[in-house]
Amino acid sequence: MNRFDYVRATTVADALRAKASDSRSRFIAGGTNLLDLMKYDVERPTTVVDITHLPLTDIEDGPDGSLRIGALVSNSRLAYDARVQERFPLLSSAILAGASAQLRNAASTGGNLLQRTRCYYFYDTGTPCNKREPGTGCPAIEGVNRIHAILGTSDKCIATHPSDMCVALAALGATVRVEGPSGERSIAFADFHRLPGDTPQVESTLKPDEIIVSVDLPAADYGPHHTYLKLRDRQSYAFALVSVAAALKMDGGTVAEARIALGGVAHKPWRDESAEALLVGRAAGVDAFAAVADHILAPAVGRSENAFKIGLARKAIIRALSQAAAGTPQSQVDKRVQ
Amino acid sequence: MSMTQKYVGTAQRRVDGHAKVTGGARYAAEFAAADLLHGAVVSGAIARGTITKIDTAAAEAVPGVVKVYTHENRPRTAWLDSSYRDDVAPPGHPFRALHSAKIMFSGQPVALVVADDFETATYAASLVEVSYDAEVPKTDLDAQKGQSYDPPKKRSGVEPPPKPRGHAEKAYAAAPVKVQQEYRVAVEHHNPMEPHATTVVWDGDGAITVHDKIQGVTNTQGYVTGVFGLSKDKVRCISPFMGGGFGSGLRPQYQLFLAVLASLDLERSVRVVLTRDQMFTFGHRPLTIQTLSLGAEPDGRLTSIIHDAVQETSHFEDYQENTVNWSGLLYKCDNTKFSYELAKLDTYTPADMRAPGAVLGLYALEAAMDELASATGVDPVELRLRNYIADTDQNTDKKLTSKALRECYTQGAERFGWSKRDARPRSMTDGRELVGWGMATGVWEAMMQKTSARATLTGDGRLEVATASADIGTGTYTILTQLGADALGLRMEDVTARLGDSSLPYSPIEGGSWTAASAGTAVQMACETVREKVFKLARQLDGSPLANQDLDHVTFRDGRIVVTNDPSRSVSLIDAIKSSNEGKVEAEETAAPSTIQARRFVSYTHSAVFVEVKVDEELGVVRVTRVVSAVAAGKILNLKTARSQILGGVVMGIGSALHEESMLDHNIGRFMNHNLGEYHVPVNADIGPIEVIFVDEPDDKASPIGVKGLGEIGIVGTGAAIANAVYHATGVRVRDLPITIDKLQGA
Ligand SMILES: Cc1cc2nc3c(=O)[nH]c(=O)nc-3n(C[C@H](O)[C@H](O)[C@H](O)COP(=O)(O)OP(=O)(O)OC[C@H]3O[C@@H](n4cnc5c(N)ncnc54)[C@H](O)[C@@H]3O)c2cc1C
Ligand code: SF4
Repeated sequence: MNRFDYVRATTVADALRAKASDSRSRFIAGGTNLLDLMKYDVERPTTVVDITHLPLTDIEDGPDGSLRIGALVSNSRLAYDARVQERFPLLSSAILAGASAQLRNAASTGGNLLQRTRCYYFYDTGTPCNKREPGTGCPAIEGVNRIHAILGTSDKCIATHPSDMCVALAALGATVRVEGPSGERSIAFADFHRLPGDTPQVESTLKPDEIIVSVDLPAADYGPHHTYLKLRDRQSYAFALVSVAAALKMDGGTVAEARIALGGVAHKPWRDESAEALLVGRAAGVDAFAAVADHILAPAVGRSENAFKIGLARKAIIRALSQAAAGTPQSQVDKRVQ
Repeated sequence: MSMTQKYVGTAQRRVDGHAKVTGGARYAAEFAAADLLHGAVVSGAIARGTITKIDTAAAEAVPGVVKVYTHENRPRTAWLDSSYRDDVAPPGHPFRALHSAKIMFSGQPVALVVADDFETATYAASLVEVSYDAEVPKTDLDAQKGQSYDPPKKRSGVEPPPKPRGHAEKAYAAAPVKVQQEYRVAVEHHNPMEPHATTVVWDGDGAITVHDKIQGVTNTQGYVTGVFGLSKDKVRCISPFMGGGFGSGLRPQYQLFLAVLASLDLERSVRVVLTRDQMFTFGHRPLTIQTLSLGAEPDGRLTSIIHDAVQETSHFEDYQENTVNWSGLLYKCDNTKFSYELAKLDTYTPADMRAPGAVLGLYALEAAMDELASATGVDPVELRLRNYIADTDQNTDKKLTSKALRECYTQGAERFGWSKRDARPRSMTDGRELVGWGMATGVWEAMMQKTSARATLTGDGRLEVATASADIGTGTYTILTQLGADALGLRMEDVTARLGDSSLPYSPIEGGSWTAASAGTAVQMACETVREKVFKLARQLDGSPLANQDLDHVTFRDGRIVVTNDPSRSVSLIDAIKSSNEGKVEAEETAAPSTIQARRFVSYTHSAVFVEVKVDEELGVVRVTRVVSAVAAGKILNLKTARSQILGGVVMGIGSALHEESMLDHNIGRFMNHNLGEYHVPVNADIGPIEVIFVDEPDDKASPIGVKGLGEIGIVGTGAAIANAVYHATGVRVRDLPITIDKLQGA
């Protein structure tokens, strides 16, 4: 870990000023990702700007059942907030599928969005990595890539975005509200995270001089027809190999509206609206779900060790949609897959 | 001699539990020293090649950095390989950190940065620039197994494969039923909770006290004196506690070498702690490719066993473990043939990891036995009983000191409900999940090693028992306390066990599950001598109520020596001790295995493991929902710590079967998932109910106190039982552990 200055900001303006004054500074919220990266010398900020004292810790009701989640609301508080549990149980479920209770207590909403990939090479400065050091190459493509992406990859990077929470936010069509020197703007969730392309080091459309202030959730009413299904290498405390967030509006046995997003398969939470459209008006059932899965996965590319994810994702999509259609969401307490 | 056992054989809480949960127990990196310096290790990036340049200027320029050691400025240490060979080193040239520019494995330490504080050392370490002339590493055993060889020098303590019996190949060819399969288990790292660490306290005048993460201080002491040319009286090693070892702490590791090197050079106290990532840069359970060929009659009786293994080792040492021999021992079979070869890879030397060899060998044998059960239609338990051999080790033609494995099978099966098993794969379900029941046998050597112990009764009537041995978390403090308390009729609160100090009576490393038998016997013997001595003193007291008694007719009880059939006549221990010249009564004794007996007898611990799994077949998700482990291990000293050993072993077996895997990138020769986030050990959610049964197994030969040892048997067989259960559930044989979700994706 390098040496750095520590600055505590108490207002958003303060934080932005501190960030602007040092191009190699980093915000720290829960620190559950940034500190690890600093210990590994992957991040070497000259200034660490503590934003935990910013007034961004509220969950506010908006008009028409929408919700505004402050960037510093912890993952635990968000998951257990009564309004979230009642109106956005999919989000609550996805958060509780992730990390551990201790980490969720520390982790913030904004930090969760901006957490980095878990690609082994990215964390290991003894190896090359285009994301860490652009131009050095991507050893994962020919190396240990069991946990890597199958959708939206490039020949520069095949890393995934590891968040569970973000998969639900993608499905729910959230908006990320950010503030910069020139004021506030909102970014649709689908536009927030980027695909690797030729610049895997640039992971989001947040500009270096901006800060996330909130995540806004539009009203949602899927009743019990939702699920977050996470498949991983042990039954808790492991990142998703494949996860699926699904929410349906049912009209009897027919799907009236569908939201499907995948985690663990791409550089960003993977939502395919054209696949969702395929479901609308169709009778809920394995045939329809399989067609959706095949549509989503048509462009998938497997590598030496992660090709299994394509078949696994197909089955996970079908299972998740079945759970959602039946109104029997996956429990995050009982670890048995339903 | 009549000795009542009030504590031995019962469930007792750990005597060190309070110290451990309150932080009172001190671990290697927690010992304080005045003006302590901190060393940070710089790990190399390549797996094979040469350092062409190492630039330490930036690191040295950081204020607070005291010195940076590399191969270019390393102070001289011993010249001969033999000086670096520790008590359990395999044949070869032990690794020497900072020895030369040559790189032999990924993560090899290339520099040590020593600074006033940990943060400065760590920061400066990140500034050391190393350039290499890299060569293409060879780390793929499949590619190298063609170059395998029979290790010319055998590792001491590891039996080479037994000579063939009968005509195994002919018998196999003629066998009506045949099974022949290849099995493998992924490379595993020990991953103890406590990282490797050494604190060297500079005592002045060339003397040091070393607090090392080690499973036996005598190994550290011997290594340090050998490598640095110090006499024993200049090196005291104190390591009273260890935060998990599983074998990773048997051999001195490079942090010890580096910390001592810097301490002696700087004449200061120095601490070096490895990072979690660096814990992946030394020993691991080796990848071993095994082929098992079983020939049998249609009724399941074995006619041929052929077990071949090719195992990785490093370029500098021929690490060996006992992998194939079990197949000649466990079942009755007259035609057997074994081979065990090594192939060199550009990795660090593998290391003993909990039940080394047996975990791998028994997995292969017991998975193959399950395949034989399927092929013959004989129930897996019945198949093993049909091939049961009651009292002989066919490998050596020696008698077994005891073997209650049959009782393990029957009691384990009974408790598990095995008789309700429908033998057909895929026949049992629970809702959407398939249910599988599998079982396997475990076996491990019961050994004793020469060990000395001292017992001291002090004027306050308290007893101290002491030996240099370690408590690696197994409960050694507790069982020695129990033995001492019972021997002298004291409460456990009045007994203190001291361990982990090289100034105490000699003990070998704690490994191989031999400590309870060895240190336990030594303590028992020392206590018996103290008993005799204190009894003599009591008898000689003026007007002693014991005057005409002999030891056989008195009882040690509640701090007194009481005439057994007339309790009104007694002498307190305190009064007896007072009459001694020294004000204390002390004895030191040495326990050693009987060589005469060893010519005729061998001793093993056995187990039968029964497992239930539930499998979501479509998704490939496996859960272990129930385990029963029935163990025959001679005398059980403490039901609670013994059970904990088996529980831990079973959990580790579940990890081996379903989760643990160190993933090697063969292009760069590096283990990539080198942290606990990505190297998966089982978490609480992965563990269901585990029931432990200790079957009765009287044994007066395994060790004088009847103990066989329990540290390792819990893991042996568990992997096979799980794999067999997965087959029973799904009809799919996965022959390479761990059984991760990708391996159950089917077509
Ligand atoms: C062992 C382990 C297991 C885990 N398992 C899971 C899992 O299963 N599923 C899962 O989803 N997650 C998992 N996590 C990740 C965890 O969810 C994230 O680390 C956490 O959400 C990050 O939040 P934080 O507040 O701690 O971020 P920090 O570490 O403080 O920050 C992360 C990044 O975000 C930036 N940042 C933070 N807040 C803002 C803001 N308001 N505006 C702009 N930039 C900001 C920081 O500068 C930094 O670059 C795991 C983490 C660990 C260590
Ligand atoms: S996948 Fe991306 S993050 Fe991983 S090594 Fe390649 S470039 Fe780096």
